[in-house]
Amino acid sequence: MSMRPDPIQRIDTAFFWEACERGEFVAQKCEKCDVLWHPPRPICPTCHSTEKTTQKLSGKGRLLSWVKQVTPGAFGFPEPPVAALIELEEGIRLVSNLEGVETDDIIIGMNVAVDFAETSGGKAVPIFRAAEAS
Amino acid sequence: MVDSLKQAAIVGIGQTEFSKNSGRSEQQLAAEAILAACQDAGIDPADIDGMTTFGLDNSDEIDVMRSLGCRDINYTTRLPQGGAASVTTIVHAKNAVESGMCDTFVIWRAMNERSQYRFGQPAMSISPDAHSSTFLEWCFPFGAQTPAAWEALSCGPYLDKFGVTSEDLGRIAVLMRKHAATNPDAWFYEKPITLEDHQASRWIIEPWLHLLDCCQESDGGVALVVTRMDKARDLKQKPARIIGAEYSMLFNHEIISDFYEGDLISHDIAERVTEKLIASCDIAPKDTNVAMIYDNFTPQILRQLEGFGYCGIGEAKDYVKDGHMELDGKSPLSPNGGLMGEGYIHGMNNITEGVRQVRGTAANQVKDVETVFLASGVAGAIIGE
Repeated sequence: MSMRPDPIQRIDTAFFWEACERGEFVAQKCEKCDVLWHPPRPICPTCHSTEKTTQKLSGKGRLLSWVKQVTPGAFGFPEPPVAALIELEEGIRLVSNLEGVETDDIIIGMNVAVDFAETSGGKAVPIFRAAEAS
Repeated sequence: MVDSLKQAAIVGIGQTEFSKNSGRSEQQLAAEAILAACQDAGIDPADIDGMTTFGLDNSDEIDVMRSLGCRDINYTTRLPQGGAASVTTIVHAKNAVESGMCDTFVIWRAMNERSQYRFGQPAMSISPDAHSSTFLEWCFPFGAQTPAAWEALSCGPYLDKFGVTSEDLGRIAVLMRKHAATNPDAWFYEKPITLEDHQASRWIIEPWLHLLDCCQESDGGVALVVTRMDKARDLKQKPARIIGAEYSMLFNHEIISDFYEGDLISHDIAERVTEKLIASCDIAPKDTNVAMIYDNFTPQILRQLEGFGYCGIGEAKDYVKDGHMELDGKSPLSPNGGLMGEGYIHGMNNITEGVRQVRGTAANQVKDVETVFLASGVAGAIIGE
């Protein structure tokens, strides 16, 4: 039974978390100029359109940074997870977790691929695991 | 640059004791600190006509006015970006008095962030709708829930690229605590640490931050009074002129969860502030006599040293190791002990120390100070005689 906190969902960001519940990993895409944005925002900073769509992401990326919040222990986790900053091959970044890799084996720049983890309220969030080079 | 008589100057500083349990309200701490700053300057609090604080401060303007008997306020503003706002207060104070909008401008920050709430621990109390920073919605479900976690995540690429070791970071903490040890106002007065103490302190954030890489959680209040040089001449203290004060917010950057723009190696914002400072007053931060640089966590010192131009990219760990930031070095760092050693009043106690260094009245006074650099990531100010 996961104790992981549910994602905070807002009117501008719910689409991302709802996609995760369906097992889909998406980013906001501007309908007008096709630029991807993450975290999502209410208006496209490039062309100022408010018409938004989503794009399915490959789920492949590389690890830019990682930490383990030891003290105080991470709320909602029996053991501190590896929090990770990921750069996706589509060029956007997000904070997530790196799972299934011992900390001694973590290498900045390593290839990772998306998976999903359940939260305490039955929602889902994207997490990452080690991957072969694409 | 404005006419020298119209130039802004810090003419009063005030603070409460720095503790872990003040035993009184944040509103009282704010009032005590502002009153002390007014008394230091020799002005009547009734004459305060402008004020600013942090967006996060819990004391409101009306409460401050009522406590101190302020008659008529012309201008107030509140500043975003947490502790990075500390030096932005100087930018606003300078503009308020040099424009003529205000004559007697007060800055305050008061907090019971140890006894009343825990600033360094997970909190869900900030509405994600009201704050554009991404540290709650986009970090919390992944177990990155504290300022230390966000900071370490954003500094990781820099630390990894240049092979910065825990000992390199520890040398900064040791220096801060060395300075605090001889500052009677510091929480860690007479409590220096060794590099071994730093290495033995418990993990806060693997693989980067031990306990002694982190600033404190403190209770206390700090305030400053700013006016123009033409009025400053009639007051009690030697004024600390605000020679330059600049601020920069850059697209797609945020404060502590600053993950989404740039290479995470260079400190783009500090570099921009440095350019603006040199353009406005022709003084570079590295050419000042004292460096008061925001020290929430040790890696932040390294990145700011490079961003503000003290040394080249990747060189900051050696700049510290080579002794340049000792009291007798070329850029003494936070002679009060900084936020790690003296207290963490969200950066404001580093500004009052800068003023004492200009006056020549600091506990750990640097010799022959003409100018002091004040920095908090997104803002920098140069003050001097």
